[in-house]
Amino acid sequence: MTLFDLLLQQTINGLSLGAMYALLALGFTLVYGILELINFSHFNVFMVGSFIAMGVLQLFGLTGQDVILTGLPLVGVLLVTFAVTMVSSGAIGVAIERLSLRPLRNVKGPAAMITTIGVSYILFNIILLVCGAEAKNYPNPMPTVRYHIAGAVLDLRVVLIWIVALVLMGGLYLFVQKSRIGKAMRATAQDAEAARMMGVDVDRVVMMAFFLGSALAGAGGLIFGLYYNFTSFIIGFTAGLRAFTAAVLGGIGNVPGAMVGGVIIGMIEAMGGQFIATAWTDVIIFSILVLVLVFKPAGLFGRMAPTKS
Amino acid sequence: MLLEFRHVDTHYGDLHVLKDVNYAIEPGEIVALLGGNASGKSTTMKTIMGVVRPTRGQVIYDGEPIERLATAERVRRGIAPVLEARRLFPRMTVFENLEMGAYLRKRGAEFDQDLERVYSLFPRVKERHGQIAGTLSGGEQQMVAMGRALMARPRLLCMDEPSMGLAPIFVEQTFDIIQEINRQGTTIFMVEQNANMALSIAHRAYVLQTGQVVLSGTAAELRQNPMIREAYLGELQVET
Repeated sequence: MTLFDLLLQQTINGLSLGAMYALLALGFTLVYGILELINFSHFNVFMVGSFIAMGVLQLFGLTGQDVILTGLPLVGVLLVTFAVTMVSSGAIGVAIERLSLRPLRNVKGPAAMITTIGVSYILFNIILLVCGAEAKNYPNPMPTVRYHIAGAVLDLRVVLIWIVALVLMGGLYLFVQKSRIGKAMRATAQDAEAARMMGVDVDRVVMMAFFLGSALAGAGGLIFGLYYNFTSFIIGFTAGLRAFTAAVLGGIGNVPGAMVGGVIIGMIEAMGGQFIATAWTDVIIFSILVLVLVFKPAGLFGRMAPTKS
Repeated sequence: MLLEFRHVDTHYGDLHVLKDVNYAIEPGEIVALLGGNASGKSTTMKTIMGVVRPTRGQVIYDGEPIERLATAERVRRGIAPVLEARRLFPRMTVFENLEMGAYLRKRGAEFDQDLERVYSLFPRVKERHGQIAGTLSGGEQQMVAMGRALMARPRLLCMDEPSMGLAPIFVEQTFDIIQEINRQGTTIFMVEQNANMALSIAHRAYVLQTGQVVLSGTAAELRQNPMIREAYLGELQVET
């Protein structure tokens, strides 16, 4: 492969990873924007999402990569799997907020953040207990169709992942920009007390942020399984920390920033793995996290924390 | 009586803010609430909106006690705030800010009518409707803040320091518009440091000092009151 082919190939890989990180980063950013809370349970909502999706695919009779679907059945199975996974993951997010975070809403200090770490470990151990420690072979009904572009290979499943991620992110962006509750979310993020005095039910807004963020994390978990053909109870931490870096890089609380940050982190992972060594991936990514926090804490797209009175 | 406070006390933790406060506001009035820093003026506004709950006493609106109602329910019943220092949503457009004012109302003919009314009161707001609110000047932000409150189609408008931080020319304009809004039928309860301006448009006023109502009366009476002249209108008493 020539250098150009390598760059092209790693761009394809980086965009796929980036799409996944971006979906995950949005959940951090939505919740932080409204509550100024870093939600570490989000890591493992993503992981649980990949297991829920695996369960749904198994219900369709898919257990490995041997059953291949095409055309309408493929689209139908994927649509149903994404929908069920996203709604269930969203419900888990809402339950986490309701049971463990709302009682702490007016407690100052890091109590709520520490609680999210605890919840993260609970999810982690539930999956470990129920599903076991070994990595799972992920059901994947997508046909292997490869397109050759110059010297690079573009897989059909990668194109599908891009499409799904784009549709979800576009949908989220439109929702936040145009819908009534989306506008209430933005208003609450910018001035919670003023929003309340316009008649906004802040509890509902918080619930919506958790639902949307967790639903996207669930979709990200499914994409992880389809992309790597495996899942395991430990996938949450690495992917979660990288996505968190993406959110900080884009300016935490900034929705388009999280998407761009996700793609940048995905590209760095792919290029770093190709041109440096995969062993260095996390060193590079977390060095970026430290540098951003030290030199540009508002992120690339410069938006500081919401103004609170 | 549109709004009444009956023996209201409020606390922030151990701090006793409002102490046995009584107000009575008739429909159609402009009532000013004067007082220095930390006198409890903003707490009064927050108590009306339900952001602060009284520890004792009643808040009666339109004949019903509302002190236990959620903020949203109060807005639905026709109480809207113009907040201290404007408090627009800085990264939303002017139009989106106006929409937030009408958050609890349905879209339709009434919304359009109210939007027209706001645009005719504030032609400047119409010109700037697509602009990000945080980039407007202070005077323009004040217009949007008032427009946003009017989009709730309020019966009672609660204004917290409408003149704060405004250039003198905008202060005049703001008070002219407050009078105009009142003439169109909205009752106004206004907290104000600028006693001179406030008393020039108010029908009546209350004076609050460290959480207690120390004086009340018609604006004309208060303008003549020596204590007010000294403390709030900036006139020195000549010792004789």
